[in-house]
Amino acid sequence: MLKEDLILTLTENCAPVRPLAHPAWRALVWFAVSLCYVAVVAVVMGIRPDFLAKIADPQFATELAAAFLTSIVAAAGAFSAGCPARPVWERFIFVFFFLIWAGALAVGCWRDVEAFGLTGLLSHSDIYCLPTILAISIPTALLILAMVKRGAPIAPFVTIGLAALASTALAAAALRLSFRQDAAASVCIWQFGSVVLLTGIASLFGRVLLHWTMREELIASFQAHRR
Amino acid sequence: MGELGDTSNDRESRWRALMASAQDGDHAAYGELLSDLFPVLRRFVLRRWPNAHDTEDVVQEILVSIHTVRQTYDRQRAFTPWLMTIAARRAADAARRRYARGANETTVDVLPETFYGDGAKSEQETSDDQEAIRRAMAGLPASQRQAIELVKIQGLSLEEASQVTGKSVGSLKVGVHRAIKAMRQALERNC
Repeated sequence: MLKEDLILTLTENCAPVRPLAHPAWRALVWFAVSLCYVAVVAVVMGIRPDFLAKIADPQFATELAAAFLTSIVAAAGAFSAGCPARPVWERFIFVFFFLIWAGALAVGCWRDVEAFGLTGLLSHSDIYCLPTILAISIPTALLILAMVKRGAPIAPFVTIGLAALASTALAAAALRLSFRQDAAASVCIWQFGSVVLLTGIASLFGRVLLHWTMREELIASFQAHRR
Repeated sequence: MGELGDTSNDRESRWRALMASAQDGDHAAYGELLSDLFPVLRRFVLRRWPNAHDTEDVVQEILVSIHTVRQTYDRQRAFTPWLMTIAARRAADAARRRYARGANETTVDVLPETFYGDGAKSEQETSDDQEAIRRAMAGLPASQRQAIELVKIQGLSLEEASQVTGKSVGSLKVGVHRAIKAMRQALERNC
């Protein structure tokens, strides 16, 4: 009887739904909206005066491109993780770009060591990167959270971790467009480190932020059938 | 797919067609699909946990979950892997919950003897008086009573109670805390 009641309830509440678009397409939509926001933030904070000269530097260009690509691919991974039975490897493509990003920073560190020695490498401290990245990434994180919530919470920790990585990597890239902080070790520790730290912390909240819910009207409808 | 060794291509095609129609709002197709899935899911859960006493509950939870996330089914892809991913996840959730509840239970061979008269009871037993507890609960505000019923009597986790009531885990926690405090005061007054 319970089975029949449940099937009847679910059938009655079968409103038409639009199937979710492909994860890559949803990631592009999120990235496009977020990029507009980040561009505004970068302009408000002020684009660094030496931007054109810096972008010609292969190490800086690689670092920036890898950060942007990590962001969009992590977003696609987060959306993929919310679609049951999609290939698991889709969640981890970001690792490729993430390693390129880390590699570009490592090359920068090596260049600084050659130019200034070990003391020059560790001469800067930029603790404000963490709150700045956090503040910049909040709107984009809220947007991606709203979007991943439309998916299924089958891998909540991975989904939220990837969503956080997408938002914070984009914020870190925005910071590179504005802040004239070029000491590679400093960027590595305070910017890249902030991205890793915030991603790790956010993923711990996976189950809190993403869980299975039963809509109120469904409960009411089921209870009505049981009476 | 391994769990559904007897799944034929015909059945897969049929389910894909029914699910596509269900996504478009076709009630009859959806009812047919859910009726088809129920025994399959029941077998799936029983194969994984043959001794579980809550098989029916788990199957129903899986059906509700399928309903909740039916927009995630991609019509270009196979239906059965989509179904079984959700089933496996929900069955694992149920097993975790079962284990967590079991860890808080103690099996006893002989139930402790109780007495009707308060004079023969210890202080603890007196405070366990069901009628007094019932009265104390009746005096609670509706939201606190609901919180304590779901969490302490029905044994739901705060997260589950949050899903049922739509309230946040934090507010339920506060509700339970206040309810216990108010009930303790009411019981002390009646002693």
